[in-house]
Amino acid sequence: MIVELGHFALVLALAVALVQTVLPIWGAQKGDLRLMAVAGPAAIVQFVLVATAFGALTMAFVTSDFSLRLVVNNSHTLKPLIYKFAGVWGNHEGSLLLWVLDLAAFSAAAVWFGQNLPLRLKARVLAVQGAIGAAFLAFMLFTSNPFLRLASPPMNGGDLNPLLQDPGLAFHPPFLYLGYVGLSMSFSFAVAALLEGRVDAAWGRWVRPWTLAAWIFLTIGISLGSWWAYYELGWGGFWFWDPVENASLMPWLCATALLHSAIVVEKRESLKAWTILLAIMAFGFSLIGTFIVRSGVITSVHAFAEDPSRGVVILFLLVVFVGGALMLFAARAGALEAKGVFQMISRESALVANNLLLSVAAFVVFVGTIWPLVSELAFNRVISVGEPFFNAAFTPFFVALAVILPVGSILAWKRGDLARSVRGLWPVAIVALAFGGLAWSMATNRTLLGPIGAALGAWVIFGALSDLWGRTGKAGASGRLGRLTRLPRADWGRMVAHSGLGAVIFAASAMTAWVTEDILVVKPGESFALGSYEVQLVAVRDVKGPNYTSTMAEMLVSRDGAEVVRLFPEKRFYPVAGMPTTEAAIDYGVWRDLYLVIGDPQDGGGWAVRSYIKPFANWLWGGALLMAFGGLLSLSDRRYRVAAGAARRGAAPVAAE
Amino acid sequence: MKNPVNRRPTLRFLAPLALALTLLAPSLPAVQPDEILADPALEARAREISKGLRCLVCRNENIDDSDAALARDLRILLRDRITAGDTDEAAVAFIVDRYGEYVLLSPQTNGSALVVWLAGPAMLVLGGAIALQMLRRRARAPVPSALSAEEETELANMLRRDP
Repeated sequence: MIVELGHFALVLALAVALVQTVLPIWGAQKGDLRLMAVAGPAAIVQFVLVATAFGALTMAFVTSDFSLRLVVNNSHTLKPLIYKFAGVWGNHEGSLLLWVLDLAAFSAAAVWFGQNLPLRLKARVLAVQGAIGAAFLAFMLFTSNPFLRLASPPMNGGDLNPLLQDPGLAFHPPFLYLGYVGLSMSFSFAVAALLEGRVDAAWGRWVRPWTLAAWIFLTIGISLGSWWAYYELGWGGFWFWDPVENASLMPWLCATALLHSAIVVEKRESLKAWTILLAIMAFGFSLIGTFIVRSGVITSVHAFAEDPSRGVVILFLLVVFVGGALMLFAARAGALEAKGVFQMISRESALVANNLLLSVAAFVVFVGTIWPLVSELAFNRVISVGEPFFNAAFTPFFVALAVILPVGSILAWKRGDLARSVRGLWPVAIVALAFGGLAWSMATNRTLLGPIGAALGAWVIFGALSDLWGRTGKAGASGRLGRLTRLPRADWGRMVAHSGLGAVIFAASAMTAWVTEDILVVKPGESFALGSYEVQLVAVRDVKGPNYTSTMAEMLVSRDGAEVVRLFPEKRFYPVAGMPTTEAAIDYGVWRDLYLVIGDPQDGGGWAVRSYIKPFANWLWGGALLMAFGGLLSLSDRRYRVAAGAARRGAAPVAAE
Repeated sequence: MKNPVNRRPTLRFLAPLALALTLLAPSLPAVQPDEILADPALEARAREISKGLRCLVCRNENIDDSDAALARDLRILLRDRITAGDTDEAAVAFIVDRYGEYVLLSPQTNGSALVVWLAGPAMLVLGGAIALQMLRRRARAPVPSALSAEEETELANMLRRDP
């Protein structure tokens, strides 16, 4: 019964989404206020309906309703409750429902927070959101319906993929989707602006919070996924340049560029056409990502190949939405007249360079991801494009970005003084070089990667700090400290986010350059040395979990005779899914992670054991979280709240900066 | 992939956009203790080369990280070549000869594969030229009147209304 209610709500949501698309856009064209006013209520009703459907599906998973095909394929009565929830989006149909739910939630949020939007713009934004929603609801109902019943329900289900039964991965998709789908707001604002034929500072200010929110979610989602790969896959890698990862990186790079170019639109009324184009491309890359993951065309050998016919539908939607928006862009971009005048050396130019590097980086990822497919189809030449390629072809652009970041962020708007800015950065450069030198002298292996990463990371972090300090003016130290606390949150957000990037750059190179690794056969009771630690395999036991069996090792790590930590790496086997998983045991630390993995028993007795010391691993996730937190600080800046609050009071005095 | 055969067909699509679902090689990764060469210098070379070779039956893994039986065969083959005195290039060429260029995770720099290598730099040059031209135009552009005539009238009206 509840399932049927959910199913019905979903069908109704499609009807409402169609209304939300057609009436407001018609009204906006004709200037009919009543038709435009339909958009808001329709968006909220659509959200309520999709939420009802999602609730019904969640209910079916939690109560293990095995008359539902989806539940049978992805759940099991013995599965822990949290993974019964996570099972809802651990599959194609359910994750699509979550996607549509997020989309509807963003539209509803636009209604609630967007009360100061001009009526016509708001109607158009919501209409575009409605169109995207209608397309995906129809796609779901006609090709991937999550509410299909089985005539004869089995006694129990097939269980969720064991790799997904993990806290990191359970919450990784929801964040990622909020990010992907959040970019639809930027897209809708861009299309609405093109329909209006007008992009101004106010538009820049309206679109920025949405992009920022999407970017924050995307950042968190990607780092959760990376963290999961780090601890779950068993050798502590954190980024593999796989098509599925690239699918999330491309929108992130575009969204990052968009965040920065929207600032130029907001403050200087320039880069308008480019910003619109970026907003379209960012969502386009989200859709391409959806296509890559769900169609299975890119990596034909992998085990998750989705039905290609569904992929074709997504490709069709991609062409309709992005192609349509680009055609609109081609027709209207000429009308978007730039106003700001600025010199070659200015903050504007620095942001142009930032955008250039970020979009070229996104382009490299894009070409690297799809080229194997193109090469096979067009040239009949099967090639791989993997990690070594991306390390060589992508990294230089990011290094260049990190090098110009501290300089660009202190240049003045309109007309900067490069010599003066660089003078102010000498101390930062010296500190950065000192860190690089320190890393060089302390490292045992003489690769350049570590020292360069340390210098670059320090350059970005201390550059961000010096940027913030420079904002406090020229008064005495105490006056500047006082002013520091009164700086706008956007300034703090920028410092925090940029420092986070510095930490990520440093950690990524440190982890790669200075890892200590050992692969050994160890018998219970034996010890081996790992760096300055001593590791003893105390015992190996068989343990039973709720829906798996486990081979669990007990390992004692000590240093200079004193116990540091006792770790329990496991090898699990999930009988229902018939899959083994590795559960590495990790002792997290500020300076290093100890990372132990137990492998197979060996013929001559003993167990294969892999052990690692991963230096600065937590700085990577910490840095990513800092970036997200910086975004959050920026999002909470008074300017956006003033703009939102003013409308409620009736007046709309948007401060001119 | 550890056990591609074991995986139930109903669990095909478990990649809910999950990052890194690629590597779903869930068991003990890669290099086994019995494969490791006695000479650390040779072993280090083997590890380095392994990182650039694809495990052909896996989704996107190098043979150093993969668990698949084929990856193990390739690792042992590679070590045999190195022990036999092959240079790095010769060992890689030997494997490419037998398994095709698909085995190379970093595409070769010839023919159509050159496109991937040139895409970034070409885009940078192209985008840089466009950006430079735009910046020149902006620097030379006349400072526009802050408001259009229409907006000036509107502003004047508003100011008159305001006490």
